[in-house]
Amino acid sequence: MANYYSEVPELKFHLNNPMMERICELKERGYEDKGKYDYAPEDYADAMDSYDKVLEITGEITGEIIAPNAEGVDAEGPHCENGRVRYASGTEQNLDAMVKAGLNGMTMPRRYGGLNFPITPYTMCAEVVAAADAGFGNIWSLQDCIETLYEFGNEDQHSRFIPRICAGETMSMDLTEPDAGSDLQSVMLKATFDEENNCWRLNGVKRFITNGDADLHLVLARSEEGTKDGRGLSMFIYDKRDGGVDVRRIENKLGIHGSPTCELVYKNAKCELCGDRKLGLIKYVMALMNGARLGIAAQSVGLSQAAYNEGLAYAKDRKQFGKAIIEFPAVYDMLAIMKAKLDAGRALLYQTSRYVDIYKALDDIARERKLTPEERAEQKKYAKLADAFTPLAKGMNSEYCNQNAYDCIQIHGGSGFMLEYACQRIYRDARITSIYEGTTQLQTVAAIRYVTNGSYLATLREYELLPTLPEYEGYMNRIKEMTNKFAACTNAVKEMNDQETLDFLARRLYEMAAVNVMCHLLLQDSTKAPEMFGKSLEVYVNYAESEVEKHFNFIRKFSADKLENYRK
Amino acid sequence: MSLKIVVLAKQVPDTRNVGKDAMTAEGTVNRAALPAIFNPEDLNALEQALRLKDAHPGSTITILTMGPGRAAEVIREGLFRGADNGYLLTDRAFAGADTLATSYALATAIKKIGEFDIIIGGRQAIDGDTAQVGPQVAEKLGLTQITYAEEILNVNLADKRITVKRHIDGGVETVEGPLPIVITVNGSAAPCRPRNAKLVMKYKRALGAQEKAAITKDGAALPYAELYDKLPYLNITEWSVADVDGDLKQCGLSGSPTKVKAIQNISFQAKESKTLTGSDADIEGLIVELLENHTIG
Repeated sequence: MANYYSEVPELKFHLNNPMMERICELKERGYEDKGKYDYAPEDYADAMDSYDKVLEITGEITGEIIAPNAEGVDAEGPHCENGRVRYASGTEQNLDAMVKAGLNGMTMPRRYGGLNFPITPYTMCAEVVAAADAGFGNIWSLQDCIETLYEFGNEDQHSRFIPRICAGETMSMDLTEPDAGSDLQSVMLKATFDEENNCWRLNGVKRFITNGDADLHLVLARSEEGTKDGRGLSMFIYDKRDGGVDVRRIENKLGIHGSPTCELVYKNAKCELCGDRKLGLIKYVMALMNGARLGIAAQSVGLSQAAYNEGLAYAKDRKQFGKAIIEFPAVYDMLAIMKAKLDAGRALLYQTSRYVDIYKALDDIARERKLTPEERAEQKKYAKLADAFTPLAKGMNSEYCNQNAYDCIQIHGGSGFMLEYACQRIYRDARITSIYEGTTQLQTVAAIRYVTNGSYLATLREYELLPTLPEYEGYMNRIKEMTNKFAACTNAVKEMNDQETLDFLARRLYEMAAVNVMCHLLLQDSTKAPEMFGKSLEVYVNYAESEVEKHFNFIRKFSADKLENYRK
Repeated sequence: MSLKIVVLAKQVPDTRNVGKDAMTAEGTVNRAALPAIFNPEDLNALEQALRLKDAHPGSTITILTMGPGRAAEVIREGLFRGADNGYLLTDRAFAGADTLATSYALATAIKKIGEFDIIIGGRQAIDGDTAQVGPQVAEKLGLTQITYAEEILNVNLADKRITVKRHIDGGVETVEGPLPIVITVNGSAAPCRPRNAKLVMKYKRALGAQEKAAITKDGAALPYAELYDKLPYLNITEWSVADVDGDLKQCGLSGSPTKVKAIQNISFQAKESKTLTGSDADIEGLIVELLENHTIG
């Protein structure tokens, strides 16, 4: 029986990271729920054991239900009937199993029926699910929108909505419109206050809304008449039970067929304000997007794992010239790089999720009591790290999963181009990850200030102080040298003192920072578990070094006057 | 209105993945080589019980199993999915039971449990494949039985009637019976739901007395020992022959008229092969042959 969690021992390794002790301590408020809820942990070891067991349930459902359904869901897809979405039959089964297993509202407090899990084990579940069916992963993972409602909604909204999500109702985040994609400041969906009924009303159209027929929607809309920018936007909660929003059509997509991407029509739909007016985009949607980006990073790692598994299995099985093709250097080179990107990307994902966990738990505690000065400093430190790492984790993992899916098909040769093998679905499903929730280009925009203000460099220098094994000192020195080149490039670009040149070279600086961070994380992981990560460390440092060298050469020889040749 | 349901479940060696070392030299099942699992059709039965509990809030599900101390695992698996409690019949005197002695032990335990409306179990266990225990339990308790059930369609609590769809050769039939009743469930029924996260966290430490003894036998401390007094549901009840007022002569080996003479490990092999062309004559010949040996017809 396939178990998508226990068959990937790297997940358990990341779960057992020492930072989890602090995370659990904060999330469980010193384990105050024990005795109050029969499923609350007694202590740290107990909490970790519970995460492991719940991941095992997720892995089992994924292996026994979601994975076997994936092909059928991809072929059948959802349908639009009378303004509603009907999921593919396999999707219904998947959802039913996840709900019966109680895997909804996982991060919510127990008083609302949640499991009170930190983001890290929840993100692991998201990775596991996505490895079998990335499209279903969306429907299930959108439960994390509830985090935003929890953070910014009022207590009355908490008690009315959070228990429903914990019981298995689904969510959507309604942001994009025909003329507002990456540029959400242009959102036009109109929100007006209905004095007579003392409620807000929504009118207009949204497009590309994932799981658009969800039970509960978070909607970005223009509440301030006459405004044109982000400051006129507020966030609203729309409850499907109130009606007023219809699905006009479901998009016909290249991949993630199981996930219904909807065009929505709001006809005087009753809704309620979440948080304060005018903070919809600048505060709440930013928080929502950061959570969603971590989710896409997890989805990407799941897809990378799936691509690697399929590629490896085929390369071992397929014989040419009298031997399995995995024996050929050209093939094992591809597989080794796939595995190295997977291990490096996963290390980055969970380092990010741990940073998010600490600052979010402290944020939450700050709503209950005043933080001590030490806690405030801790909160600030990790909030900044999370903000800096999230665009790296999302951007790099989404690019890596596309590269891995590409190589997976390449290993399959002609068979990979036929529709019989799972690799073609992985390839199609992977394609969206570097586009939605902010393209890789926008992840670069989000990250570049941490390049120029020296944040990444400072973190890299801190990582250099961590102990490693004597036999890994060579890697440490090589990574230090790579970081020196990253620092030199950053300075060179800053000295050019030209915004357009900086924008133009930003992606290269971003990638240099990211591969340096991932080298360190792999080095740290290999130091703890050389047998698990030692090979990937060698492969990845070799790969990263050549990437850094490539960007170093490009940037060193570049000057602002060359931009002319790139402009159309 | 609620129901009291007893689910009969058995821990069995996983005979679906049999390797070369599945049998010992003496011709008995090599249990060490096969993982112990919840008998698959008993899981189908548990799902039917859970659906009844969903439909009739307040209903209770009790898992009843017989086996060595480690068979408490079956009860835990039941608790993880929504059962309320369980009893493990465990005693050296129960060992070596055939279907007659097993059904005697189960029927005695059910009498001890006392109140029940529905006793439900899998059609058969994958180690013995006899499909006798369920029907024998019904006989010993003097109850109506419905075998090969695929789905419980309805329970009318006022009239104490149950409607069940059961599997028959080439189709299904719908039958009705009185409560209390014994039902055995076919593998074609709905699969069992997954373990529930909250229930796993609640019951993960539930142990039987023998399991606790196994943990502490070399002087190790029982983890979270203080919780077992505080939370009674963490203690899985074990029942001996004496606990269920059983007659020793009817239990285990002494209560088992079945004697295994020999067990052979047989590997199927193709003995002869035949190549046919697509000609009318060959096809005609094949049809005649298959009709004669009753493969078709």
